[in-house]
Amino acid sequence: MTVTMEHEAINRQPAGSRDVKITARGVNVRYGETHAIKDVDVDILDRAVTSFIGPSGCGKSTFLRCLNRMNDTIPICRVTGEILLDGEDIYARSVDPALLRARVGMVFQKPNPFPKSVYDNVAYGPRIHGLVAGRGETDATVERALRRAGLWEEVKDRLHQPGTGLSGGQQQRLCIARAIATEPEVLLMDEPCSALDPIATARIEELIDELRENYTIIIVTHSMQQAARVSQRTAFFHLGVMVEYGETPKIFTNPDDKRTQDYITGRFG
Amino acid sequence: MGEHIVKSFDEQLVEIRAKISEMGGLAEELLSDSLKAVQERNTEIAESVIKRDKRLDALEMEVEELTTRVIALRQPMALDLRLVIAALKISATIERIGDLAKNIARRALHLSKTRTNSVTGSIVRMGRQVLGLLTEVLDAWGRRDVEAAVAVWRRDQEVDEAYNSLFREVITYMMEDAKMISIGSQLLFIAKNLERIGDHTTQVAEMIYYVEEGTPLGDDRPKGEPSGLELD
Repeated sequence: MTVTMEHEAINRQPAGSRDVKITARGVNVRYGETHAIKDVDVDILDRAVTSFIGPSGCGKSTFLRCLNRMNDTIPICRVTGEILLDGEDIYARSVDPALLRARVGMVFQKPNPFPKSVYDNVAYGPRIHGLVAGRGETDATVERALRRAGLWEEVKDRLHQPGTGLSGGQQQRLCIARAIATEPEVLLMDEPCSALDPIATARIEELIDELRENYTIIIVTHSMQQAARVSQRTAFFHLGVMVEYGETPKIFTNPDDKRTQDYITGRFG
Repeated sequence: MGEHIVKSFDEQLVEIRAKISEMGGLAEELLSDSLKAVQERNTEIAESVIKRDKRLDALEMEVEELTTRVIALRQPMALDLRLVIAALKISATIERIGDLAKNIARRALHLSKTRTNSVTGSIVRMGRQVLGLLTEVLDAWGRRDVEAAVAVWRRDQEVDEAYNSLFREVITYMMEDAKMISIGSQLLFIAKNLERIGDHTTQVAEMIYYVEEGTPLGDDRPKGEPSGLELD
């Protein structure tokens, strides 16, 4: 009897018995008449990389944007259901979306540095959130973020030149440095490598692998190989439904759902 | 199997499957002919088996090349990935079966100067049993028939049992007449080769199961008791 109960307790825990960082239950998203996300339930693991894959228009980016309330900025968009970050409802009235986004950072498809210096790009977030006081502290925060983003050595001698003057791959790492400068807990990445060449992509992937020691990372990608390379868990979305969610090696060698198999083997577009 | 958006991908997978079937057909022929060489003490057939085994080696290289190319150029996933990996392993297994048939043919050359005897009959019977399993597993591959593959996998036990009883038969035969030790040991090697072919056949069955089901077949296959030299 005791043994059975212990087994059940183990089964309830996510694989690798890791903590859950984000819990979504019954999430639905509607843009006016369009039902973009249908009843998504998911547990995102802490300090792991989760990838969302699926054909264009399947809802993977829309769902990603729910996780730091980026969809709030779209007037016709309506999100229902429950999304908990460390057990707290991020859609609660008491939550300030700006503060939430400091905890849940985001990196976009195209590198989008501010038209400011490399230094100011990184310092911007910590300054507006009042996380740094004085020159020395700001310097330290900027250097730490740039180092973590693997960019420090390349830009330390041109911190005060425009961020837009860097190469594409460097710009994307600058955006990652900017996102992690506010010490977020979660990093959302919406196709962060689709505008980059293979070398810059490999650098970002290596960076993602390093960052997962300290952050919960969710990445939306069109490259299945990338999902397979960087993530520990993968969710497959199709027509607004999360069809399958599981350990990445399982999804890519032996998925349970035929739709997942058809998609990852290139049998439908 | 088909329906990839990229048609040439389908074509390559079909080609891999076909090459495996071709290898299988050739291995069946080699085994069947090597048994014939043993039964009829026919050196001509034995030589031909030894010669034709080279073709099997060449086919294995072709499968290796094809699968490597598909992995490099297509990055296959899920069912496709399992097929490619299984094809690589099955081709190596069939190549081994060919080698063992060739070994039997070599033994047949040694036996050619001796007269056929009662044990030869038992050996050939065991050989036909193994050949039957090989044919069935290759058909299962062609039809993608998991049930048939599992049936072959279970029936390898019969081969193990036949081997054990043959083993005792040959030992008795040699004990009765010391002049028969030379022939007897040739026959024992042939029996061992057949038993190995039986094992390789189950490996092919396991791979068929893996391709279709996505999980390994497990390791609880019924096995005949291993037979030691019962000297007491």
